[in-house]
Amino acid sequence: MSSRIELSHVGQTFWVRGDDDKQLREFVALDDLNLDVAAGEFLTVVGPSGCGKSTILDLVAGLAKPSGGRLTIDGKPITGPGLDRSVVFQQYTLLPWRTAAANVEFALEAKGGMTKKQRAEQARDYLDLVGLSEFANRYPHELSGGMKQRVAIARSLSYEPEVLLMDEPFGALDAQTRERLQEELIGIWRRTGTTVIFITHDIDEAVFLGQRVAVMSARPGRIKEVIAIDLDRDPSGDTDVRASRDFATCRHHIWSLLRQQHHSTDDTEALTQELTHV
Amino acid sequence: MSSLIAEKTEARPNPRQEEVAKARGVSLKMRRAVKLLRGLAGLVTLALIWELAPRLGLVDSYFIPPLHIVVQEWWSMAVDGELWKHIRASLVRSGIGFGLAICLAIPLGAAIAWYRPVREFITPVLETFRNTAALALLPVFMLLLGIGETSKIAIVLYACFFPILLSTITGVATVDPQLLRSAKVLGLSPIATFRKVVFPAAIPTIFTGVRISGAAAILVLIAAEMIGATAGLGFLINYTQYNFLIPKMYAAIITTSILGLAVNYGLVALERRFSRWRPV
Repeated sequence: MSSRIELSHVGQTFWVRGDDDKQLREFVALDDLNLDVAAGEFLTVVGPSGCGKSTILDLVAGLAKPSGGRLTIDGKPITGPGLDRSVVFQQYTLLPWRTAAANVEFALEAKGGMTKKQRAEQARDYLDLVGLSEFANRYPHELSGGMKQRVAIARSLSYEPEVLLMDEPFGALDAQTRERLQEELIGIWRRTGTTVIFITHDIDEAVFLGQRVAVMSARPGRIKEVIAIDLDRDPSGDTDVRASRDFATCRHHIWSLLRQQHHSTDDTEALTQELTHV
Repeated sequence: MSSLIAEKTEARPNPRQEEVAKARGVSLKMRRAVKLLRGLAGLVTLALIWELAPRLGLVDSYFIPPLHIVVQEWWSMAVDGELWKHIRASLVRSGIGFGLAICLAIPLGAAIAWYRPVREFITPVLETFRNTAALALLPVFMLLLGIGETSKIAIVLYACFFPILLSTITGVATVDPQLLRSAKVLGLSPIATFRKVVFPAAIPTIFTGVRISGAAAILVLIAAEMIGATAGLGFLINYTQYNFLIPKMYAAIITTSILGLAVNYGLVALERRFSRWRPV
């Protein structure tokens, strides 16, 4: 139950209007981006804000069409959204008028081919998977942020997609809830074997979750380097992987890649400023 | 007596603490019974002023008779059935007009909001119509539809139609794009997306328009009935005024107030029934 995703020479441009000069111009979000995600892999994508991380996800999800290049899933081109892929957004996109269980059922209704009873059973199973069976009948406003995001994950998994796309899903959560959900996510991934592409701006999160971390550069968005993470993860979760030496090395490596980039953009900005002054 | 600032900034447990304690913070100063009692006291004060002002000679008791005389008159009208005849006439007219407005405006508003060019083409026109007072058009309606029931129902329909239509357009057009994206990810058809996402999301906004219309239905009808009608509360008020049946006139006015209150509370209750999922 997993698929291979390939992005080759993908480019995406948008029309924007400048804040200062009100001029209409093209904004290059992604340019000549190449990325391969193996079936069943957990890949994290990290990069500076505004580098086009979410754009990649929109393209793979089929919510947007690229301006150039090719995206394929198991060799077939991606033309639009499909139930083989599911997305967990940063904002909890639960329907506020539906209970937690009914929100999961919403996805199953979209999939079709199930009776009401089957849907209810499956929703309960997946809420159980994320540890929320007791909260099945609560409305979203009666749930905490972490719980809402778990419902969203349950909803995304409920129709058994082959690829799970996650766009900074834990970004709005407090540190403790976030760590717990990260561990739960690893557990769920191990059990389901789904391919996961996980977008984040948090280096620790990227290293902790990913089998590989794709580091992006900003403007135009490209993959700068893909780093394999080889950590000795203890499935029982009793040891603190984040405190290990290997973790620190990987973290530092990515940090310096992003830092370098930060400096180089600063330099170019300084340079252009100088040029305009002259 | 606590001010608004003290009331709203009173120390209370934060949501996390409430979650841990599995309880909800309460303020002992804000109990339901106290609130109800205070509201009741306000109404009693109003009644006392109405009763005493004419008696003490502060106002002319011929033009503003003390409340008990008005209530007596109201009671005798209620007993001999005269009042019901007029209430029924008014309710049927505003009910039909209001009902028609809901049935027409909601689907039409949804259709207009769905297509951006249509929405942008028609919204200024609709705003113009909404801001044309319904009563200003009463002569037109009477010219076109005569002075019978049709013109009265039509004017109620007109007054109710635009608030519902515009709130439906706003409600549908301002649906959270994030919800639409998640519907798109699930591959939902446009019809299913409308039925399961857009419409439920728009209901609270639509209800704002429905409540405004509910009040307008009574308001406009009373005024319309004052011109060219032989039954209805508006007719009754006008008729009794012409004939100096002053207590009767006040009885009719009070009846319209009660009717308006009933319609408003009815719609609020209905709204609550439909939006139980919203945080209070």
